[in-house]
Amino acid sequence: MTEGIQHSVTLNTEKCKGCINCMKRCPTEAIRIRNGKAHIIEERCIDCGECIRICQNHAKKAVFDGFEQLSNYRYTIALPAPSLYGQFNHLEDIDLVLTGLKRIGFDDVFEVSRSAEVISDLTRKIFQREQLTRPCISSACPAIEKLIAVRFPNLCDNLLPILAPVEIAAKKARAAAIKQTGLKPEEIGIFFVSPCPAKVTSAKHPFGHTERLIDGVLSCSDVYLRLLNVMKDITVPEQLAASGLVGISWSFAGGESAALLKDKYLAADGIENAIKVLEEIEDDKLNHLDFVELSACPGGCVGGVLNVENPFVARARIQALRKFLPVSLNHFDPRNEDYSQYCWTTPVEYLPAFRLDEDTGKALEKLNMIEKITHTLPGLDCGLCGAPSCRAYAEDIVNGRITEERCVRQRDQNSPPTTR
Amino acid sequence: MKEPKLSLHYDIDGTDFLAAGSASSDTKRILKQSGIDARVIRNVAIAMYEGEINTVIHAGGGTADVNIYDDCIEIILTDHGPGIENVEQAMQEGFSTAPENVRALGFGAGMGLPNMKKYTDEMTVESEIGTGTVVTMKVNL
Repeated sequence: MTEGIQHSVTLNTEKCKGCINCMKRCPTEAIRIRNGKAHIIEERCIDCGECIRICQNHAKKAVFDGFEQLSNYRYTIALPAPSLYGQFNHLEDIDLVLTGLKRIGFDDVFEVSRSAEVISDLTRKIFQREQLTRPCISSACPAIEKLIAVRFPNLCDNLLPILAPVEIAAKKARAAAIKQTGLKPEEIGIFFVSPCPAKVTSAKHPFGHTERLIDGVLSCSDVYLRLLNVMKDITVPEQLAASGLVGISWSFAGGESAALLKDKYLAADGIENAIKVLEEIEDDKLNHLDFVELSACPGGCVGGVLNVENPFVARARIQALRKFLPVSLNHFDPRNEDYSQYCWTTPVEYLPAFRLDEDTGKALEKLNMIEKITHTLPGLDCGLCGAPSCRAYAEDIVNGRITEERCVRQRDQNSPPTTR
Repeated sequence: MKEPKLSLHYDIDGTDFLAAGSASSDTKRILKQSGIDARVIRNVAIAMYEGEINTVIHAGGGTADVNIYDDCIEIILTDHGPGIENVEQAMQEGFSTAPENVRALGFGAGMGLPNMKKYTDEMTVESEIGTGTVVTMKVNL
């Protein structure tokens, strides 16, 4: 179950005005307005960040780790997501960003795009060798993984059972640092520079394994501001970049798919589009596809809410950066590498956050009541009751989440007309 | 038969082809909240979808009723369309009387009724020319 999950997406109660924007936008109906403030139903939240994107009062925010955590370790390594490179105007050399990361306090850097290239190569090899449940769904976006776990139990087996790029990067970076410094594993701090809250949460509550591979997750925007300060002073950057265009293309929608060098793929971005595709896969309508890449954010990881730049601008910049890069510099070497180190060790399991009752009979009774109540409601889905739709309001009544009548329309109709 | 634990009723609009499939997707969404086995729900959703599309293509709409019993889910699709001349022939894979404009959208491959049979445990088709068709499907729990 999801109890005890520390979500990255949280609410700043002081800033929340109790408007219904986030509640209406939430793809899993995880938000209610109670006593004039938004309230997140934790077990339904997939940390997609849609509420952060829509909130004009900046009341919804992502919680991530602070820079002070670096001092807890004797040796620190930054793992920048490739989307970070798209934040800088006129960036000509990725090494400027990587050298900058070392100047702001990290001992070393390990690009996540390096591991993305390994996964691309590995996936191509798996496709040649193994019969995976088709279509195979990318496991790179944790918000999508969580969405599948709570809403699409049939599709858990379709997920590519490979660790996320950042997790492989964390393993490799730590192993290399141990070798190089002679320090103990726990003395090395691995910090991911993340474009989104879903990746902050998944570092603490991973999919497909139970190991804590990442020690801290920093926000891209936080790191960006610090980098701006130091990057202007770098005249000769260190040569640190070690990935090709395949790896950094993972930062935008379609990048992972294109690297598979196959035609039968689909890449969709934006959570609502992703949900529509998942519905179709569930109904056996996309069996002809080999691979499906879904990103919760519009445009892919460049659209993550922890970035500073517009996703389209960021993508254009990364495309420009790709121009002088080799295709791919990192590969999976089946002769010298153990394949299992990249694989999931535990399956992704169904998290029944929408089930009305543990007992199916009782759940059906509740559904019956919900249907009846929904038919008495105006069907305006106005949200004034504090639930995102009339049906969700009925669900809340049946589940005991609300006890008093809150439907404004019903109240108006039941009260006697006033004389003017 | 005992009283169903839950009954859902839908009017299938025959004039809006683009809205076809909404009853089955709504049913899927509701059943997912019940804790009924996910594979059963998928089979119900697919069979009902195919039936719903048929109702729109061939009969100008109709109704869909979903009854959930202790041991099975029953789907009844009722229409007052032209009826099926030869049910046995209609059940064959690839046989279709769908018009060209519908085929252009990727429907009418003659897989509707065969798929409905494939995804359900029981299926009966009662049809009378000029009166309409009633398709009853059951998926065991």
